[in-house]
Amino acid sequence: MSGKTLYDKLWDAHVVRANDDGSCLIYIDRQLVHEVTSPQAFEGLRLAGRQPWRVDANLATPDHNVPTTDRAAGLAGISDPISKLQVQTLDANCDEFGITEFKMNDLRQGIVHVVGPEQGATLPGMTVVCGDSHTSTHGALGALAHGIGTSEVEHVLATQCLIQKKSKNMLVKVNGKVGAGVTAKDIVLAIIGEIGTAGGTGYAIEFGGEAIADLSIEGRMTVCNMAIEAGARAGMVAVDEKTIEYVKGRPYAPGEAQWPAAVAAWSELHSDTDAVFDKVVELDAEAIKPQVTWGTSPEMVVAVDARVPDPAAEPDAVKRTGMEKALAYMGLKANMPVTDIKLDRVFIGSCTNSRIEDFRAAAAVVKGRKVASSVKQALVVPGSGLVKAQAQEEGLDKVFIDAGFEWREPGCSMCLAMNADRLGEGEHCASTSNRNFEGRQGAGGRTHLVSPAMAAAAAIAGHFTDVRDMTA
Amino acid sequence: MEKFVTLKGLVAPLDRPNVDTDAIIPKQFLKSIKRSGFGPNLFDEWRYLDRGEPGVDNHHRPLNPDFVLNQARYQGAQVLLARDNFGCGSSREHAPWALEDYGFRCIIAPSFADIFYNNCFKNGILPIVLAATVVDQLFAETAATEGYALEVDLPRQVVTTPGGDTFPFEVDEFRKHCLLNGLDDIGLTLQHVDEIKAFEEKHRAASPWLFRNADPRATGS
Repeated sequence: MSGKTLYDKLWDAHVVRANDDGSCLIYIDRQLVHEVTSPQAFEGLRLAGRQPWRVDANLATPDHNVPTTDRAAGLAGISDPISKLQVQTLDANCDEFGITEFKMNDLRQGIVHVVGPEQGATLPGMTVVCGDSHTSTHGALGALAHGIGTSEVEHVLATQCLIQKKSKNMLVKVNGKVGAGVTAKDIVLAIIGEIGTAGGTGYAIEFGGEAIADLSIEGRMTVCNMAIEAGARAGMVAVDEKTIEYVKGRPYAPGEAQWPAAVAAWSELHSDTDAVFDKVVELDAEAIKPQVTWGTSPEMVVAVDARVPDPAAEPDAVKRTGMEKALAYMGLKANMPVTDIKLDRVFIGSCTNSRIEDFRAAAAVVKGRKVASSVKQALVVPGSGLVKAQAQEEGLDKVFIDAGFEWREPGCSMCLAMNADRLGEGEHCASTSNRNFEGRQGAGGRTHLVSPAMAAAAAIAGHFTDVRDMTA
Repeated sequence: MEKFVTLKGLVAPLDRPNVDTDAIIPKQFLKSIKRSGFGPNLFDEWRYLDRGEPGVDNHHRPLNPDFVLNQARYQGAQVLLARDNFGCGSSREHAPWALEDYGFRCIIAPSFADIFYNNCFKNGILPIVLAATVVDQLFAETAATEGYALEVDLPRQVVTTPGGDTFPFEVDEFRKHCLLNGLDDIGLTLQHVDEIKAFEEKHRAASPWLFRNADPRATGS
């Protein structure tokens, strides 16, 4: 019998019961809750007269709707009354059911996927869910983490379980080392370019190989975050010394008494050498260059030194039409150099790239330079209050502000523009977020996904430019 | 949840791949704390010529005449014919809520995104995967025949065209059972309370660090 994959191990450790049709009842260790996908779940509990199964398995924070400008006025400072009601509803629900919530002005508030690992509230070996597709982020710690819909949020609240069918196993192996200036974001965009936005559908993806092992835990979070952009609900990376070092000492991490047993258990969280994957994809890290998306799907991505693809060269009719529609929406011409794309706004933030290392990388490019006068707005939005505080301690806020960036309060912000931060019609944005869908960052807005260093370089140049030329 | 057994429904074709849930229901409508009322804003950015906002009366907004759901022949459609990777992106259940509220009970595509596919079953919508060649045929027939309707038979797991072609489809037994009976799966899961408790006890003993109180203030640690 062959060995187990990391996914097999995580799955097997959480099966409460196996049903006749192959579906299983899976125990959930942690649920993260935010204001957008939870109100109807709490309402469902109330209507059915149910209580949460295990209150302390849940951790909540508002992130999607919160303003990123001055928060001195508290909830009264949320100008959109509908947004305000949603944040108030989260507060009221958490108070009513006794769920721990980092409210809007708590220093620990932030984007759920930044807050969870930062607090040690998501740990290796856990099953983690949240009503948000980027829950795959937490797989970077060697956890089984994926997004769910609101009905399932309610199901987990009520039963601490989910009915699931096991996914297939995929290994994405990135061999060798990436060159200087090539980051976790470029790796994952290159992976999505390779396998496509549906390439991981039906699979749990384990990311492995030297280039993944070389990444910091924050870099692995960036990669796992975008597993869903490749169609896979869950992405994960094996536990190693870096994982254990990362978790140690965090507020919700095991204390001294439990630490040795926890580390012993976590050390098993890797695929066995004889494990069999249903699909293996290999990439050569050395071949990966800084990436820029040109279209309206994350798979529409090329290297910064490439040209915008020509639909005429695409043999598949459905794909060709999709490319033509994307070019029309994006206001781009086939075969134009990517470096000719001019930017109106720059956004550095989101659950993909709003951690301290992201800001250090961007600040290193920005330092001593100025945002191009043609750029209307350049935003830096920290992933949490603690990231913000750390960045300020390191003086990164000053680097950004001196260059002409706006330094904001933590939240999802312009990644999906549910708050006031958004693109105008037809505006191009260099964004460190995860989705370049039509209208994602504001109706008619045009998103180009890039790494923090590439976004910083684009802000300075006013158009896309190879960050490796600026740092050399 | 409304039951789904059989349906004979008018088909509307949405001929583009990778239709994401941001397109199905744009973010500004996610601020609602309700489960209902999303239908008028389904595909909002494609459907209307102006920009939609919550609380606006959609009856007075200018429709985009080029968008397929605005064409007279597709009014009242209950079956949505779509392309690969339908429902990709955000996990928002507002997407199936909007589709259901609009009137769609069945979506046919060569492939679906996992989370969206799962969310459909929680809301009385049957997502059906058919081979790309079959979907091509259905697109062609829909375009050629006004009033084109498909018969969907969930107990027999078969789609029948007006011309009498039949296409079998797969669906998980448990999901089928819930759809056929309109069952709330929380109630079904709670039939296994003892097993959940037994698992939880064993799990807690093996990995006590997973059960630390989530609030450090509460434990004083």
